[in-house]
Amino acid sequence: MATDYDIVILGAGPAGLTAGIYAARAHRSVLILDTASVGGQTVLTDQVANYPGVATTSGRALSQTMAAQARAFGCTIVPFARVSDVAVTGAEKSVAYRGGERARARAVIVATGGTPRRLGVEGEERFVGRGISFCATCDGEFFTDRPIAVVGGGNSALEEAVSLSRFASRITIVHEFDHFQAEPWIVAEARGNPKIEFLLSQRVLGFAGDGSLAALRSAHRETGEVTETPVEGCFVFIGYVPNSSMLEGQLKLSERGEVVTDGALATSEPGVFAAGDVRQTRVRQITTAVADGTVAALSALDYLNEEGL
Amino acid sequence: MLATNLEHIETEAGFRETLASNENVMICCGRMGPMCLPVYDVMETLTPDYTHVAFRDMAFDEPIGRVIRSLPETAGFMGLPYTVYFKNGEVVAATSSIQSMEQVTAILDQHFGAPA
Ligand SMILES: Cc1cc2nc3c(=O)[nH]c(=O)nc-3n(C[C@H](O)[C@H](O)[C@H](O)COP(=O)(O)OP(=O)(O)OC[C@H]3O[C@@H](n4cnc5c(N)ncnc54)[C@H](O)[C@@H]3O)c2cc1C
Repeated sequence: MATDYDIVILGAGPAGLTAGIYAARAHRSVLILDTASVGGQTVLTDQVANYPGVATTSGRALSQTMAAQARAFGCTIVPFARVSDVAVTGAEKSVAYRGGERARARAVIVATGGTPRRLGVEGEERFVGRGISFCATCDGEFFTDRPIAVVGGGNSALEEAVSLSRFASRITIVHEFDHFQAEPWIVAEARGNPKIEFLLSQRVLGFAGDGSLAALRSAHRETGEVTETPVEGCFVFIGYVPNSSMLEGQLKLSERGEVVTDGALATSEPGVFAAGDVRQTRVRQITTAVADGTVAALSALDYLNEEGL
Repeated sequence: MLATNLEHIETEAGFRETLASNENVMICCGRMGPMCLPVYDVMETLTPDYTHVAFRDMAFDEPIGRVIRSLPETAGFMGLPYTVYFKNGEVVAATSSIQSMEQVTAILDQHFGAPA
C-alpha cells in the first residue's frame, strides 16, 4: 500500500522532529519514520544542560515535548518503522517500511543521525553488559573499586573517565594517537587525576575473560608491542558513525559517510535535504540539529513551492 | 516506581503471581536511565502484537529488584537494564545492557514464538 506525502523525514531525533514541526506548520503532509524509538541520541542523554531556555532536562523529556509539538501540528510519526528501502533519486521518491507499507514523497529530509562507533574487535559483543559499557552514568557504580579502561581521546572519553574515577580503583585511558582531540581543560583534568593512567598510540586488539571481562589487549601502533591491561570494565567512547548506509550510491557522501550538503542543506539530489548529525558538519549538538531541522524544512518548502508541487 | 506505561512488579507476591499466571513473561529491571528507556519503549511497542507475552518492568534499586539481581542467570551482569525472559516460571534467556527491537524480538520469537 502506498501513501503520498509532501515530505517524508527519516529520523525522529531533534533534527527530524524540528523539521517536522516547521513543515507541518506550513500545512504540508509530513511523515516521520524512525527505525528506533522517538528522540534519537537525546534518549541516551540523562541531563541536557545546554539547551537554551530550558534550565536542565532529560534528553527523553526534551524529545517527547518535540514529538508532541510535531504531532500537534499534524505530523505522523512512526517509531520502530523497520525502514527497508529508501529510494531518493529522481522525481519519484519513496520509502518502504513496516514490511509492506510504502510512502511516496515529493521531498525527503534525511535526519538519521549517528550511532556510537564500535571497536569491532574480538570479544566486544560478548562482553557488552558483562564489563563493556557505553554509559558511565548508567553503569559506573558496577565498577566500584575495580580497574577499568576507557577507550577514546575525545571530550566524551576524557569527561567520562574523570567522572568514573569516583567509582573505579584505576582507570587506563587507551587511545589510538599520542595526543588527544579533547579540549585542553579536560585533558589537564584527566592528567591531574591520580587514578587515571594513559596508554597511548594503541590499537585495541580485543577483550579477554571467562564469563566476565578480565583484560584488554592492545598493540602499540608503531612498535607493535602488545600490552595486556587487566580490567574488569571498559567504556568505549570513540565517536559516531553517520547512519547513511541506505543512501550510498544515491547521495554524495563524504569519505566518512556523512551526507554532503550546501548552505541550504540541499544534498546532491534535488528535493532531498539533510539535517543534524548525519550531515558533514563540525559541531554535533542538539542545538545544531534543531537549527539544521529548521533550515532543511524551510529549504524543502521552498523547493516544493518553486517546483509547484 | 518506574514512569513507564508498562505494568510494574512492585512486590515479591506480585512477581510470583505474574510468573504463575502467565506462560511467557519478559521483565525489564532497570532505572529511568539512557540504557533502560529504549528497552521499555521496545516492550511498550510490542505489547499490542505479542499478546501471548506479559511485559513487565521492575525498579532495579527498590527491594523488589533483588529477585532479578539475585538470579544465577544475572550473576556477572554489569550493565543496566537486566532483562529476563521466563517460560512457565523458568528463566529461558537473560540480557544485560541496552537491547534493540531486533535483539528483543529474536529472543521472544525463539522462546515464545512469533505473534500469529
Ligand atoms: C551520550 C550522549 C550525550 C549527549 N549529550 C548532549 C548534550 O548534553 N547536549 C547536546 O546538545 N548534545 C548532546 N549530545 C549530542 C546530541 O544528542 C546529538 O547531536 C543530536 O541528538 C543529533 O540529533 P539528530 O536528530 O541529528 O540525530 P539523532 O539524535 O541521532 O537521531 C537520529 C534518528 O534517526 C533514526 N534513524 C537512523 N537510521 C534511520 C533510517 N534508516 N530510517 C529512519 N530513521 C533512522 C535513529 O534511530 C534516531 O532516532 C549527546 C549525545 C550522546 C550520544
